[in-house]
Amino acid sequence: MSPLLQVKNVTKKYGGLTANNDISFDVSENEILSVIGPNGAGKSTLFKMISSFVPTTSGEVLYRGERISNLKPHMVARKGVVRTFQETTIFKSMTVRESVVVAQHLRAKASLAGYFWGSKTAQQDVDSFGRYADELLAFLGMTAISDELASNLPQGNLRALGIAIGLATDPKVLLLDEPFAGMNHDETMRMVDLVRSVRDERGVTVMLVEHDMPAVMKISDRIVVLNFGEKIAEGTPSEIQNNEKVIEAYLGSADDEIGM
Amino acid sequence: MMNLSAKHVLGVAIFLLVIFVGVPLFIAATGRWDFYFTLTSVALLAIASAGVWLTFYIGRINIGQGAFALVGAYVSAILVVKAGWSFWLSLPAAGLFAALVAALLGLPILRLRGVYFAMITLVFTQVATLTALALPITNGAKGITNIPLPSGVSLFGITLIPDFGEIENARMAFYFTACILMVITYATLYRLVNSRLGHLCRSMQQNEELASSIGVNITYIRILIFSISSFFGGIGGAMFGSISQSVYPATFVVKDSVDFMLNCFLGGLGYVFGPMLGTLVIYFGWDLLFEFGKYQLLIYSIILIVVIRFLPDGLLSIRFSKGGKK
Repeated sequence: MSPLLQVKNVTKKYGGLTANNDISFDVSENEILSVIGPNGAGKSTLFKMISSFVPTTSGEVLYRGERISNLKPHMVARKGVVRTFQETTIFKSMTVRESVVVAQHLRAKASLAGYFWGSKTAQQDVDSFGRYADELLAFLGMTAISDELASNLPQGNLRALGIAIGLATDPKVLLLDEPFAGMNHDETMRMVDLVRSVRDERGVTVMLVEHDMPAVMKISDRIVVLNFGEKIAEGTPSEIQNNEKVIEAYLGSADDEIGM
Repeated sequence: MMNLSAKHVLGVAIFLLVIFVGVPLFIAATGRWDFYFTLTSVALLAIASAGVWLTFYIGRINIGQGAFALVGAYVSAILVVKAGWSFWLSLPAAGLFAALVAALLGLPILRLRGVYFAMITLVFTQVATLTALALPITNGAKGITNIPLPSGVSLFGITLIPDFGEIENARMAFYFTACILMVITYATLYRLVNSRLGHLCRSMQQNEELASSIGVNITYIRILIFSISSFFGGIGGAMFGSISQSVYPATFVVKDSVDFMLNCFLGGLGYVFGPMLGTLVIYFGWDLLFEFGKYQLLIYSIILIVVIRFLPDGLLSIRFSKGGKK
């Protein structure tokens, strides 16, 4: 498999502080790759550089061989690499369905002027957005809450809404920002299934940043481990579990934490 | 998308009937011809306020509409007086020029949010006034006076618009013109808000980061919206200059900019027709308080504070508070 997304020698410096130092790895088509690391390891910074929400200091990120780092975020989304946020970043006063409809913006065929005058293409867009929103919400098991205001949703549903918004853009790569944070075991397991089905049934490549070890071990095809801004390991979950460096640097003596 | 209910159609029909038939009949019956000027002013200020409301819609507080109204008034006056253009051509030109200025100014400042954006726009009006005082083409403090009334427009010998100088009741003609412009403005605003551009604005108003993550070019939309907003300001200002047949650097001052914003707050930021109602209430409210003499401003301010305290979503929220939405 050729790599879909390539992170090449990416470095980020904030003044004298190096948040990420010379990080490289590939993400293949149709895989689920997780980036893990303790707090302050530089996961979030890396995530923001891949989605172009912050520029790299050096190095680049390629999608199908095309550079996507240091662009405007909307350009990255247009190319098919879409990020999600943690639960507080939502369209608060839109309903679930409205959020998913507006997120299909990139699929619009009619121009803004076409919408203004109510052209035929615009009408077709509107119909197809509605249909796709319903289909997507059914797929995510969110039909029952589709008319709820986003601000009224509990945390677990907000995370799902974030994924729904991301999926509505029809991405090739979905970048998930700590999808399991703050969830209990059951919620986490449901989310694991959901992310798997996103990959299996919709053919979306998934890269996620997370620190919930059991969930990461369960969901990932491959894992990249960061510590103090450096990549210290890369491999399958079982390889990572048995990696001396990871156990020593990241997990200390807490073997039981990765004892999945 | 065009899901206009029968109730909506009825409401719009009644509104049009009132402004185009009811008001002239009322004025003819009571002989209060001065009402034409008052209501014309309300209509024009409501057009400028519509622009301010639109910038609110992308989450920006705009206290600079007076500047764009002034720009529009000057552009139209200069084109009519110095270049001999027809007023009817100068009107869109004034709007477009104001929009162009807005695009250039918006490029650097629209990144700012909240109070920072508001403060910069607040300065605009003062800068516009000072610029008008300084430039030779605007005639400094003397302003541009004796602007001829709008000339007629005819096509193939058919008179489309009569010469305002020859109509016996130019006040009424201005009233109708201002109302037609206002109706077009609000119809445009309504359509815009309920089309995809409006939905994208809403997404940006609620979360710009999330909006850009779904591929919305937020820079472009901010500038587009700010330009449209200022276009309305320019149109309102140009029309105003034509009615008063003069433009001075102080035709629109900081207070006017603040009023445009208050009109939006008072009417309701969640309702397209909020600024229209807000303008009417503020304009007439102020006049009604005239009897209180030196306490006029005090009472006016207290009422405004009370209204904003108890009706944070504006006057229109009274009607819609029981589960309805716009």
